[in-house]
Amino acid sequence: MSVFDRAYDDPVRVIDEDGEVVGDVPDLDDGELVEMYRHMRLARHFDGRAVSLQRQGRMGTYPPLSGQEGAQIGSATALAEDDWIVPSYREHGAALVHGLPLKQTLLYWMGHESGNKAPADVNVFPVAVPIASQVPHATGAAWAAKLRGSDEAFLCYFGDGATSEGDFHEGVNFAGVFDTPTVFFCNNNQWAISVPRERQTRSATLAQKAEAYGIDGVQVDGMDPLAVYGVTTAALEKARDPETDRPRPTLIEAVQYRFGAHTTADDPTVYRDDDEVERWKAKDPIPRLEAYLRSEGILDDERVAEIEAAIEERVADAIDAAEAAARPDPSELFEHAYAELPPELERQYEEFAALRETRGDEAFLEE
Amino acid sequence: MSDTQNLTVVQAVRDGLYSEMREDDDVLVLGQDVGKNGGVFRATEGLYDEFGGDRVVDTPLAESGIVGCAVGMAAMGLRPVPEIQFSGFMYPGFDQIVSHMARFRARSRGRFTLPMTLRAPYGGGIRAPEHHSESKEAFYAHEAGLKVAIPSTPYDAKGLLAASIRDPDPVVFLEPKLIYRAFRDEVPEEPYTVPLGEAATRREGDDVAVFTYGAMTRPTLEAAESLAEEGIECEVVDLRTVSPLDREAIVDAFERTGRAAVVHEAPKTGGLAGEITAIIQEEALLYQEAPVKRVTGFDVPYPLYALEDYYLPTAARIEDGILEAVEF
Repeated sequence: MSVFDRAYDDPVRVIDEDGEVVGDVPDLDDGELVEMYRHMRLARHFDGRAVSLQRQGRMGTYPPLSGQEGAQIGSATALAEDDWIVPSYREHGAALVHGLPLKQTLLYWMGHESGNKAPADVNVFPVAVPIASQVPHATGAAWAAKLRGSDEAFLCYFGDGATSEGDFHEGVNFAGVFDTPTVFFCNNNQWAISVPRERQTRSATLAQKAEAYGIDGVQVDGMDPLAVYGVTTAALEKARDPETDRPRPTLIEAVQYRFGAHTTADDPTVYRDDDEVERWKAKDPIPRLEAYLRSEGILDDERVAEIEAAIEERVADAIDAAEAAARPDPSELFEHAYAELPPELERQYEEFAALRETRGDEAFLEE
Repeated sequence: MSDTQNLTVVQAVRDGLYSEMREDDDVLVLGQDVGKNGGVFRATEGLYDEFGGDRVVDTPLAESGIVGCAVGMAAMGLRPVPEIQFSGFMYPGFDQIVSHMARFRARSRGRFTLPMTLRAPYGGGIRAPEHHSESKEAFYAHEAGLKVAIPSTPYDAKGLLAASIRDPDPVVFLEPKLIYRAFRDEVPEEPYTVPLGEAATRREGDDVAVFTYGAMTRPTLEAAESLAEEGIECEVVDLRTVSPLDREAIVDAFERTGRAAVVHEAPKTGGLAGEITAIIQEEALLYQEAPVKRVTGFDVPYPLYALEDYYLPTAARIEDGILEAVEF
């Protein structure tokens, strides 16, 4: 039976909360498994540092991902290098796996335009803040690949709240109609800021929304990185295969939890119980994978300590690099609005430059 | 004289919602995180506990649904006050706003009217993430059938909101979040209204008229004080409603000075400053002694916050702009 023939409310699982095997372990060698673990630890550590940078006034509002590493790292590990990520705004972990430097993520949340520009060889779309607005982009981009006969697949991330937006439905519907190589990956973390998943839809699952558009839908334990990897791999393979006898697009609902706030501007204690948070923390994807890897003899204390030291250094280096980046030159305001500045904008730029010249930058920076 | 409370702008918004909901059972609030969470800026804090989940409604995350359902409710005689969390997220609901909210009365020849008030925080300067800082009031002012109110003080926030909620027509109520908590004002505890379409003179002066609204009112007044030290007296007019504009107040202030500047943080092209300048041309050409100076945001996408201070008009930029109008 294909993984896509399961009941929508029967999530795929591979390891349980104690790291015991309860499903089909995907085909990953020891090095790949350790890499997955390392990326999850890296994402978690990065997240903690990013939140503290915000608290210290060294970074603006930031959306934390702790708790969601299993879904992000598990899915992004399944990508081929030529595949694309079409993210929302919380997929720092997934983007990292696919090659986006941590420094870019930091710069973006530090308010630098340059943070939104992935290096040319990293197939990651810009962050999409308006909810679900990236979903049709992922369909269109995949459609373009199909029209051009290339074989990359597109992995589009969004949250449970996004499934209420028109853009989600329109994007997924188009994918069904035009049979595009798109994998829609719903990070159902249970809360859209303060609004619980039950308030988004009366549907029992989000995966079943695939049914309405005639594509495959599957639920996966989003706190189980190996299950996520397996399901995403199968969905991406199907997406890339024009000869598949199934629909090329898939909707994956990864059931998970954000341990922290929606963003650093939010206080989740106002709307959710500590008990609920603790229940989900018991499902933490990181100790779960670690337990499995230790039981398989792939990880030991020494190796874990090495990984910890290396990730701490890597994150510290990225923070140093981001903070060392010069403040963007004010004239960058006018760059990239158009291929060429229209005459009126040229005039505005000249006025801007003249004012900086005569009054100095203080004229712009006063409180 | 009724008792007053010392409130910030956002507290006055909350107080306005509270007192209108107390006055009229048909008033209800709906939006994302407005209930249990009390709104991401706390503009609806405590209302859920006071009025319950049927009148303070947490909705699914869907702006078109929020605005469209409010249209349906208003057509049936309720007075919904939908909140969009940030004005940058109004666009999924834009079709509902322009195709229906704005013109249900006209399309049904008065059979259906929409006494609804669409609230959203807008504007820059708080180091917010992308899409959280734009000023796009001109979109809504451009749309026939809508009124657009923008308070600049706590007193006006409560009074304009009450007037909007009681108005028979739909109002887009844009709240300058930069000044949500910037200062306090004495605000009556009792309900009261500040009429839509009436500007307020914030400072009197004979040399030049300066028109502004929202968060730009404060740096404009600062610039005016600074210019006063050089002997230039500015009349500062806070429009308070950008649709309908208070033509009479604009023309009156201009005729007495013959010179004008207009200040807004929205981009220049297609912005309200152009409309105000046109009113001056139409009504007071023979009084005009200098070109009207526009001090505005630039015609570029609103930058991420590292550069936002360079985008927004500051007192120094405003002062320079006013001087240009004065020295011409």
